[in-house]
Amino acid sequence: MSLAGRHAVAVSLALASPAVLAQSRYNLQPPATGIAAQIYDMHTLMLLICLLIFVIVFGVMFWAVVHHRKSKGAVAAHFHENTAVEIAWTVIPILILLGMAWPATKTVLEMKDTRDPDITIKATGYQWKWGYDYLQGEGQGIRFVSNLSTPREQVDGKSAKGEHYLVEVDHPVVVPVGKKVRVLTTAADVIHSWWLPAFGVKQDAIPGFIRDSWFRADKEGVYRGNCAELCGKDHGFMPIEVHVVSQQAYSKWVADQQAETAAAASAGAREWGLAELVEHGAKVFATNCVACHQADGKGLPPAFPPLDGSKVVLGEAAGQIAVVLNGRPGTPMAAFGKLLSDADIAAVITYTRNTWSNKTGEAIQPSQIAAARGK
Amino acid sequence: MAAVMSDHAHGAHHGPTGVMRWITTTNHKDIGTMYLVFSFIMFLSGGVMALTIRAELFQPGLQVVRPEFFNQLTTMHGLVMVFGAIMPAFVGFANWQIPMMIGASDMAFARMNNWSFWLLPPAALLLIGSFFVPGGATAAGWTLYAPLSVQMGMGMDMAIFAIHIMGLSSIMGAINIVVTILNMRAPGMTMMKMPLFCWTWLITAYLLIAVMPVLAGAVTMVLADRHFGTSFFSAAGGGDPVMYQHIFWFFGHPEVYIMILPAFGIISQIIPTFSRKPLFGYASMVYATASIAILSFSVWAHHMFTTGMPAAGQLFFMYATMLIAVPTGVKVFNWVATMWRGSMTFEPPMLFAVGFIFVFTMGGFTGLICAIAPIDIQVQDTYYVVAHFHYVLVAGSLFALFAGAYYWLPKWTGHMPDERIGKVHFWCSLVFFNVTFFPMHFLGLAGMPRRIPDYALQFADFNMLASIGAFGFGLSQLIFLYAVVKCVRGGEKAAARAWEGAEGLEWTVPSPAPHHTFEEAPVVR
Repeated sequence: MSLAGRHAVAVSLALASPAVLAQSRYNLQPPATGIAAQIYDMHTLMLLICLLIFVIVFGVMFWAVVHHRKSKGAVAAHFHENTAVEIAWTVIPILILLGMAWPATKTVLEMKDTRDPDITIKATGYQWKWGYDYLQGEGQGIRFVSNLSTPREQVDGKSAKGEHYLVEVDHPVVVPVGKKVRVLTTAADVIHSWWLPAFGVKQDAIPGFIRDSWFRADKEGVYRGNCAELCGKDHGFMPIEVHVVSQQAYSKWVADQQAETAAAASAGAREWGLAELVEHGAKVFATNCVACHQADGKGLPPAFPPLDGSKVVLGEAAGQIAVVLNGRPGTPMAAFGKLLSDADIAAVITYTRNTWSNKTGEAIQPSQIAAARGK
Repeated sequence: MAAVMSDHAHGAHHGPTGVMRWITTTNHKDIGTMYLVFSFIMFLSGGVMALTIRAELFQPGLQVVRPEFFNQLTTMHGLVMVFGAIMPAFVGFANWQIPMMIGASDMAFARMNNWSFWLLPPAALLLIGSFFVPGGATAAGWTLYAPLSVQMGMGMDMAIFAIHIMGLSSIMGAINIVVTILNMRAPGMTMMKMPLFCWTWLITAYLLIAVMPVLAGAVTMVLADRHFGTSFFSAAGGGDPVMYQHIFWFFGHPEVYIMILPAFGIISQIIPTFSRKPLFGYASMVYATASIAILSFSVWAHHMFTTGMPAAGQLFFMYATMLIAVPTGVKVFNWVATMWRGSMTFEPPMLFAVGFIFVFTMGGFTGLICAIAPIDIQVQDTYYVVAHFHYVLVAGSLFALFAGAYYWLPKWTGHMPDERIGKVHFWCSLVFFNVTFFPMHFLGLAGMPRRIPDYALQFADFNMLASIGAFGFGLSQLIFLYAVVKCVRGGEKAAARAWEGAEGLEWTVPSPAPHHTFEEAPVVR
């Protein structure tokens, strides 16, 4: 940023009380990365330049409005052009714009430089949740799905809203402080956008393509964002939560995740009882399915079909397993094979086949899912 | 209507009467009136949708509508206001005013003019009717981004056909305006003597002809992806969802200027009249308008900075977008210079014109801030952008339409609009507009995404304020309806030159303007 820019920012910081900046009710969120700080300062500088021009132009206009009134006896002049003035107010704005473009260009180039990351994470947008795969660096191989954790009763006003209403998830992204993290974005169905305001990152997640962005968080803490691209019914209900932690805490988290993955693998290997499957399936349903198919299994036809009395659910198990594993292309029904473990899928299918008016009495085993995956 | 009755009193109107008169009319004044009435009905429909949205957003949580219906409302509010309210309203002004301003007896293609208008009601029925089909109206946002729009129900198909029909209407209207202006000016009225409203509309008409087919192409490709197994926008079949956005915004950005250039024209008529002083920098105004129009074709991807363009692409579109600030600035400076050392009075048209300059310029500044790619990446798809485009479309286009309506109502009805009611309408609109949209800047900066039916708790207070403002603004527009109805029914008789400082051919014919004007071309010196 130019010297003048720094100066202007310093002035503005002196004017605005720190409390206002911390709350960020009137301004961009407090930056947590170098890029976000550059954007913050650039915005402040631009705002001040615009304010200055605004005051000058409208100072002149309102001076005229007050003084050059017919009721005050003003007599109209007859001038209607002045080449010198007209050239001046064309050239001066161009110079101001050049001054603005310079710092912006530097920031654009820096934002685009995703080389040499310490950790690479792929964020996949689904209707309406985020899936994360740690692709490179410490924690490679970790993968999980991150769902909104705000209970539906809070949304419907049946219980008091919590502090982090709609910006909390069941499984946050964890990254170490001070490391360059490259985020690859893609999507499974429609376009989403991975946005974390405090990091200055907003990158569209485009189905069938991979885009990238990066951040290096300076401070430990919890940072919250949202999906920023309209992606259907529950666009407002797929937040992003990132925990920036110390290197030690990160290493511990990685070890815990790997232990969990191992436990999930053994859960898929054993035989489950019907009651156990239905109980676990209810939880999986509440996290992954309820937004569309609804708690009463009636769905929201025609876009979201009912499961209660559905031909697919009451038909051959293989048919339903195929739909859940592979999704239905062209509809919001995702391919859950990529998102959930064998045990989760077996449980949720068993749940739908034994709830509401559906009473098949069948227990679908994780081994059946594992077998179907091969096909 | 009084205008209608007095036409009969003058005995100047021939042909069918009653409803058939309006269906078969080829008269530019009748057609202009129908455009204006149609656009006002659509404005109220879109307004009801906006108020439903604001009612839902009054408090966090879901109270009034469900998310899927909320998305239908935001989508249809955008489509109805853009294609149903603002664009037809400007065409209505063009129909009424351009022939009278250039001394022509009517539009060049009078029968096509009738057809241009009568395409609109079926399109509107398709659009509004889509709420009532299974699955409801399209909920993909007014930009109809694929692949979300490919997922929609049959409401999407109805919206596509409505856009086709409205596009057809716009193209025919635009051709009519170009031909009328180029061929039918009165002897002596050279291009550079033409009122600025005609200039801005001429340039707008070229923009319409250039970009409406592009939009038609984009939505037709969506239609093909939906039903005919093509994969224009599906990566699985070799297509690219981002290509839709490129095509859409190649239409969409010039569209922004289609909605604002005629507004610049109206303001450029009104400011000199009430300053009693000629427009400052007429030639530079014309060149600035043309520059804006040309630049508008090379900035479309600034709507797409977050899609992940290469750095060179981001920089090109950032620089090009910033450049638009120059001609836009020239216009604002020219208006202020016109007011400078004038002899001003502040009747309702002038109030709305000055209000336009003041509030529109704020939208211009936020536009400049959005042009800076790194800042845009923070504010894109947030309420900051919602605030920005409502500052230019409501305080810009809509205020200019009100200014123009109060300005030319004496010519249309033969009566002066009630000054007191007009002033109340102005001050209510200005105050409530800012109460509604100013807090949205803060919401967007602090991180509230747009198009969400529910939001985190830190956004609650500003949303409540915005909702209160929105209901105030919505109800204020009923004052306008009252003012117009009152003016049509009676009031102080308007002279031929209804406003003291008014210049131009339209003020040489009686008020109300007879059914046929300039059957013999006037001579302009």
